[in-house]
Amino acid sequence: MSKKVRRKLFSNFMLFLSFITSAYGIFWLFWILGSLFINGFKYLSPELIYLDPTPPGQEGGGLRPAFVGHLIITSLATLIGVPIGIMAGIYFAEYGRNSKFFMTIRQITDIMVSTPSILMGAVVYAVLVKPVGHFNGFSGAVALALLMLPVIAITTDEMLKLVPKEMREAAYALGAYKWQVIKNVVMRAAKVGIMTGVILGVARIAGETAPLLFTSFNNNVLTFDLRDPMASLTVTMFNYVMGPYHYWHQQAWAAAFILTMGVLLLSIIARVLLHRNLLEPLFYIVRSITGKKGG
Amino acid sequence: MKKVLLATAVFSGAALALEITGAGSTFVYPIMSKWAFEYNKATGNKVNYQSIGSGGGIRQAINRTVDFGATDGPLTPEEIERHKLLQFPVVIGADVITYNVPEIGKTVLNLDQKAVCDIYMGKITKWNDPYLQQLNPNVKLPDRPIVVVHRSDGSGTTWIFTNWLSKVCPEWKEKVGYGTSVKWPVGVGAKGNEGVTNYVKRSQGGIGYVEYIYAKQNNLPTARIKNREGNFVEPNVRTMQEAAKNAKWDKSKHFYEVLTDQPGKDAYPITGATFVLLPKDQPERAKKAATFFKWAFEKGDKYAEELQYIPMPENVKKLVFEYWKEHGIAP
Amino acid sequence: MENVVEAQKSLREVKTRGEFLERFFKLSLGFWALFAGLLFPILAGVILLYEARLAIEKFGFIHFLTYTNWDPVQEDFGAATMIFGTVVSTFLSMLIAAPVAIGIAIFITELAPNWFKPIVSTAVELLAAIPSIIYGLWGFFILTPIMATKVEPWLQDKLGDIPLIGKLFQGAPTGVDVLNTSLVLSIMIIPFMASVVRDAFNMVPPIMKESAYGLGATKWEVIRQVVIPYTASGIAGGLILSAGRALGETMAVTFLAGNNPQIPRSLLEPFTTITVALANQFTEADTDVYLSALYYAGLLLYLVSFAMLGIAKFMVLRLEKRWKV
Repeated sequence: MSKKVRRKLFSNFMLFLSFITSAYGIFWLFWILGSLFINGFKYLSPELIYLDPTPPGQEGGGLRPAFVGHLIITSLATLIGVPIGIMAGIYFAEYGRNSKFFMTIRQITDIMVSTPSILMGAVVYAVLVKPVGHFNGFSGAVALALLMLPVIAITTDEMLKLVPKEMREAAYALGAYKWQVIKNVVMRAAKVGIMTGVILGVARIAGETAPLLFTSFNNNVLTFDLRDPMASLTVTMFNYVMGPYHYWHQQAWAAAFILTMGVLLLSIIARVLLHRNLLEPLFYIVRSITGKKGG
Repeated sequence: MKKVLLATAVFSGAALALEITGAGSTFVYPIMSKWAFEYNKATGNKVNYQSIGSGGGIRQAINRTVDFGATDGPLTPEEIERHKLLQFPVVIGADVITYNVPEIGKTVLNLDQKAVCDIYMGKITKWNDPYLQQLNPNVKLPDRPIVVVHRSDGSGTTWIFTNWLSKVCPEWKEKVGYGTSVKWPVGVGAKGNEGVTNYVKRSQGGIGYVEYIYAKQNNLPTARIKNREGNFVEPNVRTMQEAAKNAKWDKSKHFYEVLTDQPGKDAYPITGATFVLLPKDQPERAKKAATFFKWAFEKGDKYAEELQYIPMPENVKKLVFEYWKEHGIAP
Repeated sequence: MENVVEAQKSLREVKTRGEFLERFFKLSLGFWALFAGLLFPILAGVILLYEARLAIEKFGFIHFLTYTNWDPVQEDFGAATMIFGTVVSTFLSMLIAAPVAIGIAIFITELAPNWFKPIVSTAVELLAAIPSIIYGLWGFFILTPIMATKVEPWLQDKLGDIPLIGKLFQGAPTGVDVLNTSLVLSIMIIPFMASVVRDAFNMVPPIMKESAYGLGATKWEVIRQVVIPYTASGIAGGLILSAGRALGETMAVTFLAGNNPQIPRSLLEPFTTITVALANQFTEADTDVYLSALYYAGLLLYLVSFAMLGIAKFMVLRLEKRWKV
């Protein structure tokens, strides 16, 4: 075998290995999602959403406080984290680009994106739980907002940087102030991108458990009061999986299914918004079916 | 903080439903939760009880982050005074030794004090260890490693279990001691009675200590334990009652009492009670919680018995009511 | 004439209002930027430090790092076991994940046909989007029984008797141990690592690859001798970034680690990490020293993770600077 053929064979072999690794990754994805589908779907029932939990050992009941609590906490966290994150992101992209100081700050923000989430819970506990005297839903929302904040700031910054500078220059040429340029031109242009960042941020905190463990804690009783401890889907799943009762496990699977589908749906929507050409094959098929040419 | 409490108290008086928060013992969780459920059905008042372990219950009660805490390891009178708490027992149960050995299924094993001690010290590591085999001559024990399961959180169930071990096994007393959290020589840690039951159920060869009803509800076998008199006693309502018979409940000592290793030929040796902790210096909250427990004492016995717990005897309940009155929190 | 004066006046008003808004905008945006990147991280660290002060005073620094006794009864705490667990599980998960992630990045950038690239990319990103509690749940219900009954006994059987390596496979195969945890952790960090490496690969100027091809190199040779060396610091940065993430992982590890407050002597023994200890013991730390010790461990985690992520960032930035035109 000539050296050239040997090298080519080796190259093909290594590339084949890389294919194997991708298959390995996809294998896990399919297994996890598959298990979720099979087990979660089986135990889905409308009672999960409108019934309260039963005492341990007594079959039945639902996860109403957990669903409602999760929605409340996540929504509040979004309301707090998104505006702050966007404002920070705008500053990084529009005002801070020439300042070494602010570019360092931006890098630190990026580091905060990957900080252990449980530590945020510990920090918020010291500030919003211990002094208040009891666990409360509000502190859970704040903990999640603090997690969301760097994510939104970074994605906003990235999206704004994508807006071509010609747009800004045109607006300046017309005599606009910087804040007008940002508000009326740049933000409008980056609207979709920023939306994507928000959706990804929400998807990220919707799946969090650790920061809620000692801020919003848990509650067997439905409550809308943020001063009370509040149940959440993730903490409830945590408790149920670690318990011995079969019906707890079933409810945990169903909750896991709903949560994951929600989070994945958000991620897919975000991706589609960003890469609208992903939908092109779909449009092409639709067009060829309906017979419309040159859509 | 006081203003908020006062406002809450006024509101609760004016509003229709009480909201009571409690936390602690997983040992008592099944009956506490059932009481809360039935109490809500009967009166509309809501009780939010979180089973986070007795250690957590004590902490939350001390920090006043809940209306009541529940612990199976009682606080000493000195600790009660120091933290300005009130303490009283609500129900009696037992730690059973449960296990999952596929080869023997639901066969009930005999275990004596030394066997349990050596297993939890890591000295006996296989199910077919000769010592275990001679305690159970009619059972063919398999050559399978023992997976020791204990609690990873602060637990009253642990307190009861290690208290008994310290009484009957001098080496344990010296090397490990007793408390809600100890330094386990070996084993896997699980969270709550729920977690221990879960782990034992899922590990082949697993052994763990849990409150009686957890083993029953999950169809796990419960070992016969050798008691003080030398008899192998099966855990059930009668043997638990035998153990509780000699208890001296003293309200001047804040009802501090330990029920492990009690005399009596049919007494189950690892029996214990759950105690409720109330904030003495916050009478409105204490009163709220007392309202719930008054209902439990008056109407809740049958639920306790259904779940194989022992309700407090009538004379003890009377003492508790007097105790409440003495401290100004009678509902 | 009046019109002009009026017009000038209103223009001045608009100008002053505009300038005022300009400054207001800049200040408020700037404040939040400062908060996100400076005030917040520092504040978080300070709060952790403040809560940890009791434990720091009582246990010092070196002692806390090396003492293996975590005793809530005696109020004597040393974080060595959980630090060990954190380090080992992170290291092992990286070991498994790194070749896979690099392989996936190679596949996406070099091998996959253009129509297939987004599918693989999407699949990998979906893996990243799955919440960590789901990994824990799935790992506990589905993977652990398989590990306990099939995989680990098989490993023990085949490797248990080999002199040195065999020691790593002793102990009861419960599936709740170092091996299983590291495996699931590795699956969790593969997507992140793969995307960082892929981005690094995409930064190599095509002309470099083309000149290598022009000399007759095979695809693999180009990867190995052109792409990888030039993106080396980016890959290393990506690895460290992923390690920084794995360090802070809580939920999956809590389900699968087994909460043994001791240093595991084999891959098949349960262990604990800083995040697991925090998750399990935080609400029950019944003395001030206990809670403070937990905060101390959390502070250490914060600092280490911050440092790792910082170093990784630096390395990735160096790569970007080199190749951004």
